[in-house]
Amino acid sequence: MVELEIDGKKVQTTKGTMLIEAARQAGIYIPHFCYHHKLTIAANCRMCLVDIEGQRKIMPACAMPVADGMVVHTNNEKAIKAQKVVMEFLLINHPLDCPICDQGGECQLQDLAVGYGWSGTRYIEEKRAVSAKEAGPLISMLEMTRCIHCTRCVRFGEEVGGIREYGMVARGEFEEIQTYLSTSVDSELSGNMIDICPVGALTSKPFRFAARTWELARRKSISPHDATGANMEMQVKNNKVLRVVALENEPVNECWLADRDRFSYEALNSDERLTQPMLKQGGAWQEVDWQTALEYVANGLAGIREQHGAGAIGALVSPHSTLEELFLMRQLIHGLGSQNIDYRLRNSQFVAHEGIRWLGSSIAALAELDSVLVIGGNLRKDHPLFAARIRRAVRDGGAQVAALTSQPMLDGPKAWAMPLAAFSVAEPGDWTRMLAEVAAAVAAEKGIAAPVDAPPSDASRALAQVILGGKRKAVLLGNAAVQHPAAESLLALAGWIAEYTSATVGNLTEAANTVGAQLVAAVPGTEGLNARQMLDGGLKAALLLHCEPGADTRGVPLTGCDMVVTLSPFKANLDISDVLLPVSPFSETSGTYINAEARVQSFHAVVGPLGATRPAWKVLRVLGDLMQIGAPAYQSSEEVRLDALGGADAEFVAQDRLDNRSDAAIDVSGQSVTLNPVGIYQLDGIVRRAPSLQLTTDGKAGAAW
Amino acid sequence: MSAAQVLAQYASAGTESCFHGRHIKPQIYADLNGSNWRLADYEARGGYAALRKILDADNGMTPDEVITEVKESALRGRGGAGFPTGMKWSFMPRKFQGQKYVVCNSDEGEPGTCKDRDILMFNPHSVIEGMIIGAYGMGVSVGYNYIHGEIWIAYERFEEALQEARAAGYLGRNILGSGFDFELHAHPGFGAYICGEETALLESLEGKNGWPRYKPPFPANVGLYGKPTTVNNTETFAAVPWIIRNGARAFLETGIPNNGGTKIFSVTGDVALPGNYEVPLGTPFPELLELAGGVRHGHQLKAVIPGGSSAPVLPASIMMDLSMDFDDLAKAGSMMGSGAVIVMDETRCMVKSLMRLSYFYMHESCGQCTPCREGTGWLWRMVQRIEDGAGRPEDMAILDEVAGNILGRTICALGDAAAMPVQGMIRHFRAEFEHHIKHKACLVPEYL
Repeated sequence: MVELEIDGKKVQTTKGTMLIEAARQAGIYIPHFCYHHKLTIAANCRMCLVDIEGQRKIMPACAMPVADGMVVHTNNEKAIKAQKVVMEFLLINHPLDCPICDQGGECQLQDLAVGYGWSGTRYIEEKRAVSAKEAGPLISMLEMTRCIHCTRCVRFGEEVGGIREYGMVARGEFEEIQTYLSTSVDSELSGNMIDICPVGALTSKPFRFAARTWELARRKSISPHDATGANMEMQVKNNKVLRVVALENEPVNECWLADRDRFSYEALNSDERLTQPMLKQGGAWQEVDWQTALEYVANGLAGIREQHGAGAIGALVSPHSTLEELFLMRQLIHGLGSQNIDYRLRNSQFVAHEGIRWLGSSIAALAELDSVLVIGGNLRKDHPLFAARIRRAVRDGGAQVAALTSQPMLDGPKAWAMPLAAFSVAEPGDWTRMLAEVAAAVAAEKGIAAPVDAPPSDASRALAQVILGGKRKAVLLGNAAVQHPAAESLLALAGWIAEYTSATVGNLTEAANTVGAQLVAAVPGTEGLNARQMLDGGLKAALLLHCEPGADTRGVPLTGCDMVVTLSPFKANLDISDVLLPVSPFSETSGTYINAEARVQSFHAVVGPLGATRPAWKVLRVLGDLMQIGAPAYQSSEEVRLDALGGADAEFVAQDRLDNRSDAAIDVSGQSVTLNPVGIYQLDGIVRRAPSLQLTTDGKAGAAW
Repeated sequence: MSAAQVLAQYASAGTESCFHGRHIKPQIYADLNGSNWRLADYEARGGYAALRKILDADNGMTPDEVITEVKESALRGRGGAGFPTGMKWSFMPRKFQGQKYVVCNSDEGEPGTCKDRDILMFNPHSVIEGMIIGAYGMGVSVGYNYIHGEIWIAYERFEEALQEARAAGYLGRNILGSGFDFELHAHPGFGAYICGEETALLESLEGKNGWPRYKPPFPANVGLYGKPTTVNNTETFAAVPWIIRNGARAFLETGIPNNGGTKIFSVTGDVALPGNYEVPLGTPFPELLELAGGVRHGHQLKAVIPGGSSAPVLPASIMMDLSMDFDDLAKAGSMMGSGAVIVMDETRCMVKSLMRLSYFYMHESCGQCTPCREGTGWLWRMVQRIEDGAGRPEDMAILDEVAGNILGRTICALGDAAAMPVQGMIRHFRAEFEHHIKHKACLVPEYL
């Protein structure tokens, strides 16, 4: 510990802390622009200059490590003078266009100019103008004259995104932030650069001129997409979500969002929204009221149960549905006497397992790993923020990352924007054999018997070397490994490798509520049909909750049904459905997601329901009543949540429920496998309908990244 | 262009370069004629004797003894800051496990300075030998010489000299059978002034933007590729063999106390015989002016910028009483800098001179930190406005204050270098600026 004095206040902090952080801990704000607590130090804006006793020169607080007995003045005459001087320099070439600037009202420069600037100027020379740039559909660079050259965006790209897409070109007062060779910014984390830009130089293109910041109500929510459970601040005006920014939650998403979380809100306001229940009659869709629609569904289900038995009814539920929705759907299906419910829409192998499969560690622990073996999938695009954590482990801790996956999920050594110590790009059909080779290489190293006899190739040995090294390590299964026909063999092999290398084994988990779906057992009972059986003609009546056969099932269509009921916020499944029930997306209902680390995160609706849309939990509850399944008469989603969680609220799912072990016999026979992996912006119905995301390079590439 | 053509160009411009008899007790430029730069010539002048002396199997010197010798010689850095070289060498962590580097800063870009160019062209082995000795003292096995991009011919010459040194076994593995390894590489810059700032140089050497680093950490701890690194000026390294050969005492006795040895001054501007002059530190300025042929055309001396473009200007009245050493110039409110003596006679307009200087700093600012990026352009625009007859009375105060606002608030010294000439000009020639503002015309007639 180091003790120092800042503005007369005694401050104790750890050695190596920078002055600006020490001051923040003591509740003293030092003005700054280039400093960002998640990025390396540049010390280039000079706004944080402070007076340190015994130092001749005035020093930047962001780059000054604390020292014992240091006496610092952040607001004496010398410091204030320096800060005002820097403010004057920053403003002489900054345009006075705050009234038409999207950043106006939430601009660091504007805020600090109130404190350190003055209303006049003594600069009468010509001001600088910087030409507009084009960087793709997400980031607007039309007003680069506003740039104050803090290089936060450059550093973010290099340090968090893993690819340096922005750079500073030219020199002196002519220097400009540009994409190299004027290409678009393609990082899946690019939106964060809008957040960290302290001025209105990088602004959100989809949001552009939609509202002034002070008109927006700010409401918390949780991302419905990947399994990070990123915390978001939804900004709302006139009952419409107009913008999403990151809500800092250090153990979950730090202060970042993936572009998927940030820009998918566009779909919430899209023309494809379903706003009224609809029935298909004589091949034509007709809007009806809820009463009619629900009675139609109830009668239809009753009829099919009578004719074909309850086992002909089933539900395909998206793992992007809330915990409450999944719980009530299961209740409904079981209440009807069926056991056909499944969230594993994209899986190929369906094995019942007792434990809930999860990340195997906390999300934060990913940044502390020494070695990682990733099996299957595209770590970077499937799990942008997990990848960012692992990238930091590589960058700051020298972690070694090994990967066993396929094209196009790993297209070359730089594709994941982090150095890979070893990687094998193989046909998916070969994964089990190759993973068995890795296990054999580990076995040879440890002098034990291999789980399967598979003489290791050099490539497999290289993968084994990575996971053999280091102290804190993890074997992680990507989405494609879970969707693989030999998923259980892969998991069993991963478990074996993890066991004998003292690593944790983790399932990166595909969706916002994959863990939640397991918790409420949204999987078929012993008599029930799994997702594939249901899709392949096992049902006469199907309930599709946020599920769109095809896009959500890796191309497998739903066949053989007499009645299909779609519960979706969108006009989806028009060709196969008989009834469309408009249910709320995450923004219009309260609900709960459980992320990959088994963290339970509930949220409220941020806007009211659009048109006749109703929260799905209410729809399912009413449908249950109509079908007289005898379920409790829930009055709020909180009551449902409590039951879903087993009677008591909890921050995390109980540890004893979590288990990534597989008892399956290991089969490495390996047949040809076609994976049809899911592209970053194809993950769920909301993302697929977000126009700006679809215009990005990743969006246009569809599933091929 | 060949070296011969370059020499012919100097001659036709009336520039003496460094081949003249008007040095005083020269150490680096001694006996040079423009063609005797090769290894054999250097050895004939006593070259590499110092290296042989320290690496001698029986009576050699230990690395500590080498550093002590350099410390005792009171050799101060010739690049501008004048930091004691021996002390800098002793900062290198001795016990550091891993690669360390020694780097020669030949990015000579300061307007008025051309001394290193001549050393690299006509006595390149003195630098090589100096670097080997330094590397031996600091226990370093790899060195780089970063050479300014606008003197490509000097870079080519240096590469040739390196080939010779390698062939003769002065570089490479097991130098002179001593077991000491040292490899030296030349690296051409691209002509950016900022790359003469030692940390910007290191960034550039690593292949990045030439942006100065925030210090601390200093290069001695975190330098090239993050490893301990010592950066010295070309002339500093070139002075080292003489010190080892003749002893620290002899070096110290050339010159005056605290200012040992000779120093090369690039005398330019309104003198009859512009060129490089190597004289002992402490030589009175009038004597140096005399060597350079005095003020040309019989004009009166008006002002002198004594240490390169970043040094504050001094009027003739002060300058004629000064001697050319670190301390005397600092006392007079200017600095020794790189030793570029820019002589200005009575026909020079100070406003126009400052306009050119300010343009240079605006043009060369790397743009990384705010005061320099924004301030240098502001200074230049104001001075140009005054020069163009659009000055306002209040501009004098603003000019002075903006310069003061840059000073001491930047990452590197370029901000200071841009501010000091402005302050110097205003301090000594305020009347000329005020005349420009008041009368929209120059105080100095265009032709006398």
